[in-house]
Amino acid sequence: MSIAITTQFICFTVLSLVVIIGALGVVLLESIVYSAFLLGGVFMSVAGLYLLLNASFVAAAQVLVYVGAVNVLIIFAIMLVNKKEDLKPINDIKSRRIISTSICLTLLSLLIRVDLTNVWSLSSPQNSIGEESTIRIGEHLFSDYLLPFEVASVLLLMAMIGAIVLARRDVMSKDISTGLPVDQELIEKSSEPLLTNKN
Amino acid sequence: MEYGLDLEYSFNEFLKGLGLSSEIAHIIWLPLPMLLVLVAAVVGVLVTVWLERKISAAAQQRIGPEYAGALGVLQPIADGLKLLVKEDIIPAKADGILFTAGPILVLVPVILSWLIVPFGQNLLISNVGIGIFLWIALSSIQPIGLLMSGYASNNKYSLLGGLRAAAQSISYEIPLALSVLAIVLMTNSLSTIDIVNQQSGAGILSWNIWRQPVGFIVFWICALAECERLPFDLPEAEEELVAGYQTEYAGMKFALFYLGSYINLILSALLVSILYLGGWGFPIPVELIAKFLNLPINAPFIQVFTASIGIVMTVLKAYLLVFIAILLRWTTPRVRIDQLLDLGWKFLLPISLANLLITAGLKLAFPQFFGG
Repeated sequence: MSIAITTQFICFTVLSLVVIIGALGVVLLESIVYSAFLLGGVFMSVAGLYLLLNASFVAAAQVLVYVGAVNVLIIFAIMLVNKKEDLKPINDIKSRRIISTSICLTLLSLLIRVDLTNVWSLSSPQNSIGEESTIRIGEHLFSDYLLPFEVASVLLLMAMIGAIVLARRDVMSKDISTGLPVDQELIEKSSEPLLTNKN
Repeated sequence: MEYGLDLEYSFNEFLKGLGLSSEIAHIIWLPLPMLLVLVAAVVGVLVTVWLERKISAAAQQRIGPEYAGALGVLQPIADGLKLLVKEDIIPAKADGILFTAGPILVLVPVILSWLIVPFGQNLLISNVGIGIFLWIALSSIQPIGLLMSGYASNNKYSLLGGLRAAAQSISYEIPLALSVLAIVLMTNSLSTIDIVNQQSGAGILSWNIWRQPVGFIVFWICALAECERLPFDLPEAEEELVAGYQTEYAGMKFALFYLGSYINLILSALLVSILYLGGWGFPIPVELIAKFLNLPINAPFIQVFTASIGIVMTVLKAYLLVFIAILLRWTTPRVRIDQLLDLGWKFLLPISLANLLITAGLKLAFPQFFGG
């Protein structure tokens, strides 16, 4: 199986390089739009790494959730508020950069320590489930991981309701920001004059 | 159900007979089905473009293309050649890298999705276990390409078109995935092969459209919306947005968008026929016909016959749906953006959720009909 292993090695190298360079680009590039698109590339490469590990369902879920939903929403938000403005120069940029770099390096050293101390070799490599993994993930989600799964969904529901309440201020009887009563008759109209033109 | 032609096995055996190792044989085999499917997709686009021109002409009581070949069948090739030799323009204020990467990102996921389209028991590139889920995941990449090209064009209309395309794609992906989930629930598998096999019991009577009529309609509407076909072609609404995200594109880059949208249409039609119309299945099961004629099902002649019937049936069903899509395009008006989002979020999403719930209940109540 030399050809298969070579292919796997090449794929792993390319994907890892894309992840590392892409992630550096996300952090270091000046243009926020480029950062957002590069983030999508990083997510895709991580999905590729999952694919190399025979976790095809996780890879597809990664693409669907992180690229298809999270990244699209990030780009969407950037484009909705895309004002070409120069950011104000920050006074103590140097000390901030030093602090953030040192925090990142600390985290990196922690990860390296985990990498070195953990025992990575599986007891039986022939035991990989491959295509069965979808069924196994489902079984786990509905048995021993049921509580975390449900808690996560409740959390998401709360976040969604909160976002709707914040976005649609007219559903409240009082305006959140000004404290004035909202005209309920105009509830279907745009909320802007509703909130600002009250005396 | 382990029957049918296995071309890969025979091909590899043939190469091994020539003295090659099985690895080399596999590597020689790998690009062949990919190339075949790519060629099939492009030819399918040419046919669809011709159909679109002819059917739209008929709908508007015109003749349509006539001079390029008999009945104008060479017109799409002329179109393609024209686009191929056109000058490739990048606007001066556009972002060159993103402008070029956008159309590629739109086209590649669509072509990758053909990986899972089966034309027969063993006639597909790869029977991956996650099958239909792969298509859903891949189709969610497309809006990034649209946003990218909309942004990079540095044009108000393009940006608005790209934003609309992303909003539309996100909102219709959810009911689409939910109606696919109802099918998966009945099949107990994500693989497209299993989905078709589960419908092959009693010919036309066992097709999923009878068990999932609501899912079928929801899926078809969402598929049209994902393809940005006319009732839902807001991203490129020409009266409002010139041409949406493709306004600034010319030449081959425009052709990539064009190709992508038509390949996506054919892919959606193929997937509707796989999920709901029995895929490669003949309305009367081929096994029954063979039994009636007293022919052994494993005879080579019958195998070839079954395989060709399978391909013909898949393509026929897909093109029937493409015909309906074209007819819809030339006879229905465009919806407004608020109507579009209302339809997606307030109508299709609850309906597909209810459909999923009812399917689960029916599966518990009548496992022999809905269990698969």
